[in-house]
Amino acid sequence: MWNIPFVPPTASQEAVGISWLYWVITALSVFFGGIVLFGAIFLAVKYRAGNQNVDRSNATDSDLRLELSWTLIPLILAIAIFGWAAKLYGDIYAPREGGYYEVFVVGKQWMWHCQHPNGVRENNELTLPAGQLIKATIISQDVIHAFSIPAFRVKRDAVPGRYNAMYFTPTVPGEYHLFCTEYCGTKHSEMIGKVRVLPPDEFEKWLQSGGAGAAAAPMSLEEQGKQLFTKLACNTCHMNPNSAVKAPDLNGLYGHEVKLADGRTVKADDAYIRESILNPGAKIVAGYQNQMPPYQGQIKEEEIIALIAYIKSLAQAGGGN
Amino acid sequence: MATQTIAHGEQQRVNYLNWKTTVASWLFTYDHKRIGILYLVSITIFFLLGGIAAALIRMELATPKGDLLTSDVYNKMFTIHGVLMIFFFLVPSIPAVFGNFVLPMMIGARDVAFPRLNLLSWYFFMVGALLATIALVKGGIDTGWTFYTPYSSSFAKGEVSLAIVGVFLAGFSSIFTGINFLVTIHKMRAPGMTWFRLPLFVWAMYATSLIQVLGTPVVAITLLLVAVERSLRIGIFDPNLGGDPILYQHLFWFYSHPAVYIMILPGMGVISEVISAFSKKRVFGYHFVAFASLAIAIIGFLVWGHHMFSTGQSIYASILFSFLTFLVAIPSAIKTFNWMATIWKGRVHWEAPMIYALGFMGLFVIGGLTGLYLAAMATNVHLTDTYFIVAHFHYVMVGGAIMAYLAALHFWWPKMTGRMYPQSWAKLSALLVFVGFNLTFFPQFILGYMGMPRRYHSYPEEWAALNLLSSAGASVLGIGYLLPAIYLVWSLKYGRVVTERNPWGARGLEWELVDTPPDPHNFERTPIVTRPAYDYGHPEEPTGIIPKPRPVVVGGKDG
Ligand code: HEC
Ligand code: HEM
Ligand SMILES: [Cu+2]
Ligand SMILES: [Cu+2]
Repeated sequence: MWNIPFVPPTASQEAVGISWLYWVITALSVFFGGIVLFGAIFLAVKYRAGNQNVDRSNATDSDLRLELSWTLIPLILAIAIFGWAAKLYGDIYAPREGGYYEVFVVGKQWMWHCQHPNGVRENNELTLPAGQLIKATIISQDVIHAFSIPAFRVKRDAVPGRYNAMYFTPTVPGEYHLFCTEYCGTKHSEMIGKVRVLPPDEFEKWLQSGGAGAAAAPMSLEEQGKQLFTKLACNTCHMNPNSAVKAPDLNGLYGHEVKLADGRTVKADDAYIRESILNPGAKIVAGYQNQMPPYQGQIKEEEIIALIAYIKSLAQAGGGN
Repeated sequence: MATQTIAHGEQQRVNYLNWKTTVASWLFTYDHKRIGILYLVSITIFFLLGGIAAALIRMELATPKGDLLTSDVYNKMFTIHGVLMIFFFLVPSIPAVFGNFVLPMMIGARDVAFPRLNLLSWYFFMVGALLATIALVKGGIDTGWTFYTPYSSSFAKGEVSLAIVGVFLAGFSSIFTGINFLVTIHKMRAPGMTWFRLPLFVWAMYATSLIQVLGTPVVAITLLLVAVERSLRIGIFDPNLGGDPILYQHLFWFYSHPAVYIMILPGMGVISEVISAFSKKRVFGYHFVAFASLAIAIIGFLVWGHHMFSTGQSIYASILFSFLTFLVAIPSAIKTFNWMATIWKGRVHWEAPMIYALGFMGLFVIGGLTGLYLAAMATNVHLTDTYFIVAHFHYVMVGGAIMAYLAALHFWWPKMTGRMYPQSWAKLSALLVFVGFNLTFFPQFILGYMGMPRRYHSYPEEWAALNLLSSAGASVLGIGYLLPAIYLVWSLKYGRVVTERNPWGARGLEWELVDTPPDPHNFERTPIVTRPAYDYGHPEEPTGIIPKPRPVVVGGKDG
């Protein structure tokens, strides 16, 4: 693929549609650009002052029909392009309910840290199965970065304090560039890596063996989260019938509506759980006091992701508050 | 300077250049023409400094390895380049130089509405520039011209706050100029100069001034907030302090998108003037071109979110922003087609300003059309923050706005200086700029589509050839820009002396009723306008006349 000059590889389902869109806009641009570029030169030569042999009669300086046509024709084309592009944009950014394989990406000055649900970690590399819809959940630990894979035609900003997601389906096994595309300081141009797409069976093998160079199969994100839950002493209040502080039961929380003390209801998604840990005072659960300590600044993004995975697993376990 | 300017063999005629020649007479002048010249000299310096930074950037990128500069120095270079070129060259360029110089003459006024404010705005600009320069000398800043948070507010080292205060002051200079022009256009039009007799440059300047007055305060305050967060650690944009980094981007682009129109609308105005003057024909679709400027200014305020499609802003917001972005492209298309129709059946004189104007059309069209790839959300996601963006905005701002600036410079130069530059050199440099520009920036579209990120100090081997081509083109472009600096300065002393009012045979009060170089008060008395703009169809009818003096004239109430 690399030997085609001037175009990037087309290695995801999304890349196909976006490339088509790109070339259709290119065709329109060449057409309209050509009219203006060559039209202006042609007219300026034809009507040069020295040329007396051209018809200059009936030269007008306004014409409503002309004005309307060069307003409306571009307008209609523009609206068509707009709609098509909006549809493709929705394909990569609109939230989906399931059917994907989720990876977590944390950007920090100046590296990418990628995490698979079973606990396999990769630095500046991301290994993915071909033919599978992927959800990448992306966040930054410091400044804004952007996670860009040109061969897939997708990118997403890694913003501190905020989970951003994107969806795509890699199709062609191979190795592709991974870039940081949001300027992030000294080594911005070294914040690069590789995305490796494997056939599904090879990917499965790779994943089970714990990734490249791993000594032993890693602990899954859920289990890591469970350990952290104890290590960070969350369990002194939560899931502890003898707790001095009355704290909500986290079983069955994830994905459900939570009533807040101020009367609002919010959905318990990744962003809500993250906020509840870092800055619990921002949204108090109805019937409870603001007694949970804020963990802002004491806990790494990777750990929060593991805690969320654990709390998510509690939802499947059933129960509810 | 213009001491040889002798009218009809009489005594040396008094003009705005020679009536006083002390340094103080320049530094404390209220004359809009002299203030225009002050700006011309100052922004030329910043253009040169910004250009040196650009040369270093392109030298570094000539090879894939980051071996010429360190990463930190490279990052400082593109920051210096962007800050100087945008805030201290492009934003003031056409408005502050040519808006000041010709706008009052075009509407038959003897000065702007607030001459003192006009001078003050130049001082604000210079103090701002001084602070920014000190920040650069004291070690530089590496935030990029966009000052994105939380990098700029919590992570970047260096004199970020100082640079920000510099930009803040330059912003106020821009606001003052905008207010001045708005009031001047409303209140100082000569009798008979109705709204639809205004030259299209004035319409463009009106739209530009609206943006300057409404948009600049927002960016000025936003940047100040960055400085506040930086120094006082009050959480505004940094999530670690409880702030929102995306809020910064909303505020920044709320101004900075309209600001791109501050940079291009005046250029569009110039092109209307030049194409009409050298085709000897009224601008086609005058009303459409005039309203297109206003439409751009107004819709331009509602599209800022197109810089944020990948940040995680709501999909519905993105859809709206994308739609409005497509809408705002239409007025630019309308203008372009009307310029072509102006040439149609005209009498085209291939003089230097016209060649620059044609060059503008070629480059601006490419810049505008590539805006569509970016307005379209799905292609935007792939192209944003790659070299495609760099190519796009250089086509519009350098290919478009600077071409127009050079067209304006060559068009009004004889009026400003009383001297003519060598035409063949001017034509050669227009050609060099056009060719050098395309060689430099066209490869960057391809690099961007292949995924090369912007603001990269080093890059993968496979992009070496296109980058080398781009760097080679940049040297041609550099020569194209240096040539005018040389022959224009040369012409001040050795150029043909121009004494006639209207060397181009153009229509407009500044050509028909104002001496070359202009009288300190432009017109002997306030003129009366009798014809619409660009009335090339009636060569025997003047656009305006100077009324006969009344029997007793004491000073003149409009002096
Ligand atoms: C001192 C006791 C205490 C500790 C320790 C504590 N919490 Fe809490 N937590 C609470 C209380 C009380 C609430 C309810 C009030 C509120 O919303 O802030 C709560 C609310 C929550 C919620 C929102 C629950 C809902 O139903 O919406 C989550 C999620 C949560 N805590 C997770 C954690 C995690 C993870 C840890 C460990 C890192 C932790 N908590 C440590 C007391 C505690
Ligand atoms: C004619 C129609 C135009 C359209 C549809 C358009 C569209 C866009 C879009 C959507 C972006 C955002 C790209 C991104 O960051 O992802 C963009 C960037 C930009 N455009 Fe345009 N544009 C147009 C004209 C102009 C003009 C006239 C100028 C300036 C004179 C300009 C200057 C810029 C600049 C400076 C940026 C990038 C800023 C940065 O990120 O540093 N554009 N344009
Ligand atoms: Cu980066
Ligand atoms: Cu914009």
